[in-house]
Amino acid sequence: MAELQFREAIREALSEEMRRDETVFIMGEEVAEYDGAYKVTQGMLAEFGPKRVIDTPISELGFAGIGVGAAMNGLRPVVEFMTFNFALVGIDQILNNAAKIRYMSGGQVPMPMVFRGPNASAGQLGATHSVSFENLYAHYPGLKVICTSEPADAKGLLKSAIRDDNPVIFLESEQMYGLKGEVPEGEHLIPIGKGKVKREGKDVTLVAHGKMYHVAVKAAAELAKNGVECEIIDPRTIKPFDLPLVLESVRKTNRCVIVDEAHPFAGTSAEVGFLIQREAFDHLDAPVLRVTLPDTPAPFSRPLFDLWYPSAKQVIDAVNAVTYRN
Amino acid sequence: MSNTVFTPTGVIYKSTDLPKATTQDHKKLGLSEEQVIHLFKEMYLQRRFEERAAQQYQKGKFGGFLHLYIGQEAVSSGVNMALQPNDDIISAYRSHGWGLVRGVSPRAAMAELFGKATGCSKGKGGSMHFFNAEGHFWGGHGIVGAHIPVGAGMAFANKYLNNGRIAAAFFGDGAVDQGALHEAFNLAQLWSLPTLFVVENNGYSMGTAVNRHTATDIYKRALAYDMDHAIVNGMDVFSVYEKVTEIARKIRETNKPCFLEVRTYRYRGHSMSDPGNYRTKEEMDEFRETDPIERLKSYMLKKKVATEAQIATWSEEIEAQVLDAVEFAEQSPFPDPAALYQDVYAENDYPFHI
Repeated sequence: MAELQFREAIREALSEEMRRDETVFIMGEEVAEYDGAYKVTQGMLAEFGPKRVIDTPISELGFAGIGVGAAMNGLRPVVEFMTFNFALVGIDQILNNAAKIRYMSGGQVPMPMVFRGPNASAGQLGATHSVSFENLYAHYPGLKVICTSEPADAKGLLKSAIRDDNPVIFLESEQMYGLKGEVPEGEHLIPIGKGKVKREGKDVTLVAHGKMYHVAVKAAAELAKNGVECEIIDPRTIKPFDLPLVLESVRKTNRCVIVDEAHPFAGTSAEVGFLIQREAFDHLDAPVLRVTLPDTPAPFSRPLFDLWYPSAKQVIDAVNAVTYRN
Repeated sequence: MSNTVFTPTGVIYKSTDLPKATTQDHKKLGLSEEQVIHLFKEMYLQRRFEERAAQQYQKGKFGGFLHLYIGQEAVSSGVNMALQPNDDIISAYRSHGWGLVRGVSPRAAMAELFGKATGCSKGKGGSMHFFNAEGHFWGGHGIVGAHIPVGAGMAFANKYLNNGRIAAAFFGDGAVDQGALHEAFNLAQLWSLPTLFVVENNGYSMGTAVNRHTATDIYKRALAYDMDHAIVNGMDVFSVYEKVTEIARKIRETNKPCFLEVRTYRYRGHSMSDPGNYRTKEEMDEFRETDPIERLKSYMLKKKVATEAQIATWSEEIEAQVLDAVEFAEQSPFPDPAALYQDVYAENDYPFHI
């Protein structure tokens, strides 16, 4: 095990897969000469050369489409978006082409590719640079969606994503790229669709992915001081969602709070909450609650931003509510 | 500035000017008599297939959209003969002709229109989404312009794999106004992607004439990217064949893309619901004189490639083939309900959960 930053774990996954399979290549803005806008691809141009580490113009619609065509015709592209906010100008290629061409062709056309890059808020960047997109991509059949919270998961799931024969959306975070963690060396594969119980507890289940996992960890530490033991599940994959894992936990704790860095309406938290009530209704001792962004765009001003961004305090309040402690 | 007009309306004019056809005969173009006969049969098959498809549609045998290619058959056949069979082709939603020249049988084509399991996309694509991956025909795409970068991506893969193949992306004149075209052109030229971009300029973006929807001659899109370009008469199959042969050779040698503007004409409406009141009878009549199939037929007779009797026999055979396709489509089963969830993902254990 080596201690790696999140960005290094992603780089290790990319590099290992590119060494393993000549048809894997990466393209995106600033991935090559600049060494990556967030240094994820640092050094990769030197190792793999300009045929396989390709700088693109700021042309998301164009290069996302080139990725789709390359995937249909024998390659395994990894398309990096500098952030998923910028993927919106190329999203037609993802939702209409990558996600649907296999189906529309009756299964004739392969689409093994990964779209990856940072997602959701990175601080005070304003409304257009702070959107989280898990629910949007997870809504459309044909895509798989991964959003990890720790370097080891990022490596194991990105390697699986690159080997997967479907289009996979792999969501990262600018604010987590420097986060360190133990990462297994070499062939470390985590199956897509498998969550993980990262903290065991008997009183309440917290479901939290991406940056929100760390918010949940903080809240759980505070709550433990008051004798409330949270079980934290990091689903790691949003689609397919590891519902059995969450249900097993909810059947034990009888209470659940979902923490999701997204807006509430039609968000991932809404879907997961619905599935829990449908499958585990008789086990629930309280309504499933959630901590999400409010239904507003991201504000810039610091006090407003702090009000907007999900906090450990909100998670604690929600846990207190479902355990009827307040 | 009292008379502010954006898109001019109510003006009657000719939507497309055809460039001169080639003066070369088939021998000079290196085509055998058999190849000329093949072109005729293939174009006639496309024509009769679609005429019968329209009839079946009007009878209510199937629903959805039906965009007919009638009038443009010289483009698909001319291009297909000029390219290698393993060069990659991707088209817009007017995709029946492309499917038929790229190995989709009339039976599988008609069955697809009928939404049957035996269709070329198992009944999941419909008229706009014909596919034959084995024949290097990659669809059949319904969002205007969105498949243009995909075509460049297929060329990217061909170059990456160094397999000697080129990719050709076909789209209508309406697609040239999309940003996707410009992004694909820039990238293809910048990265030397061996791509043949072809606009089938049939004069109308749905009901909007070319000079009401785009600011310049279409081929000039290439100038901004220093891209090779050409214009060709798409009502003459030999002209298409000659030009595409020359362009494909150059693309294969240099990897540089080329933008070809094919001037053609669609005799039918944009789709089956099109009343066609945006164009004049005079224009329609004038273009009917240029019918690519009649033109080739006259040529074959004049050059004694075939006799009237032979042409009549082939036409009857093709008619029988199309009627057989209709019968096949009618008799074929609809997809099994289980097919609903198949082909969404590569795995077959979908839905992951309901």
